[in-house]
Amino acid sequence: MSPIPSASQTVGPFFNFALTTNVDLGILAREGVPGERIRLEFRVTDGDGAPVPGDCMIEIWQADSAGRYAHTTEFGGFGRLETDHNGCCTFETLKPGRVAGLDGSLQAPHINVMVFARGLLRHLHTRVYFAGEPANAEDAVLALVPEERRATLLAQPGEGEPGTWRFHIRLQGDGETVFFDV
Amino acid sequence: MTEYPRPPAGSQPDNDHEPYRSTHRRAPRQPAIRIPHTLSELTGPIYGHNPIGETDNDLTRHFPEPPQGERIVVAGRVVDEDGRGVPNTMVEIWQANAAGRYRHSGDNHPAPLDPNFFGAGRVVTDAEGHYRFLTIKPGAYPWRNHHNAWRPAHIHFSLFGSGLVSRLVTQMYFPNDPLIPLDPIVNSIPDAGARERLVSSFDISLTEPEWALGYRFEIVLRGRRATPFEEPTR
Repeated sequence: MSPIPSASQTVGPFFNFALTTNVDLGILAREGVPGERIRLEFRVTDGDGAPVPGDCMIEIWQADSAGRYAHTTEFGGFGRLETDHNGCCTFETLKPGRVAGLDGSLQAPHINVMVFARGLLRHLHTRVYFAGEPANAEDAVLALVPEERRATLLAQPGEGEPGTWRFHIRLQGDGETVFFDV
Repeated sequence: MTEYPRPPAGSQPDNDHEPYRSTHRRAPRQPAIRIPHTLSELTGPIYGHNPIGETDNDLTRHFPEPPQGERIVVAGRVVDEDGRGVPNTMVEIWQANAAGRYRHSGDNHPAPLDPNFFGAGRVVTDAEGHYRFLTIKPGAYPWRNHHNAWRPAHIHFSLFGSGLVSRLVTQMYFPNDPLIPLDPIVNSIPDAGARERLVSSFDISLTEPEWALGYRFEIVLRGRRATPFEEPTR
């Protein structure tokens, strides 16, 4: 019998001093890295609509502007931040390019997100897509999401704030964000 | 493209687990939508933003003076679902001190902080997937989940493995701890065998004579290396 993957357990409330001390993990795009720079602001709220402050950690994993998951380029593609007292955190990164999907298709630009928190026994997976992106219409993963829930996966551009995108993670309840079983 | 298998039923906790109070307003109500594994899920970060320091895996040497408590070795192997070692992957740990208190501003447990214990460490697995920490045995501590609730002594673990799919955050427990069967977080895992696999075992071969007891904790990450991801091209 092959080994069974170890069970997940919650990250708990006290991970910060170990996991999120390096604020550089909020800055993915350094000077000179080609691509469209964006500020990606997350806000995390619970089933009461209350912010999930401090005891939540967001990790992102994304391709570079050419759609490559880069182990070789300047762009590491990984970010990790804790939420602040408003349940928010902001990554400075690049808008990703289109990544190869299945069967030779291309996926729409997206950023993979993992959510860890006190109260989450298993971390959650979701994806940030970009509102108004024409390629969203042909994305095979978005197509698996019931149409009425797709909007939960779309980051919205900040009004009057070029390059800023906002993504609201509603853990539970009305407008609950779509999470993926990967 | 090869899909990694999904974990067997019951081997992972459900987020919707009523006895763990913090889940009540945080666990999603909608079922997660299953998606195929693409490059996005099968690749993952090589996490090495700052280099590992020489004493990062020795939590007893983070200050000039030694910490209070029982010194222990915690070591084992990280393997994939084929039983092959996962080399060169980051293992991060964090824990309470011997009195059951974290060095965290949010921890109000009236137990002493230890000025000589920080409680966080990390290491990268070797070519066969082995890792090793020297630390002190953490204390149990009360939490407010329910009346007279106590967490069993535990060490938090965070691992990456080969891709997003293999990301794991878990907790390691100690053998023969009477608090384990009472703990809602442990009991969120339906399968008894899966719960037991989070309990380390005392191991005399890891024990350092005249210095520290050894505990073995083996970790299995999702994924099989028999995938087309030896050389990601794009």
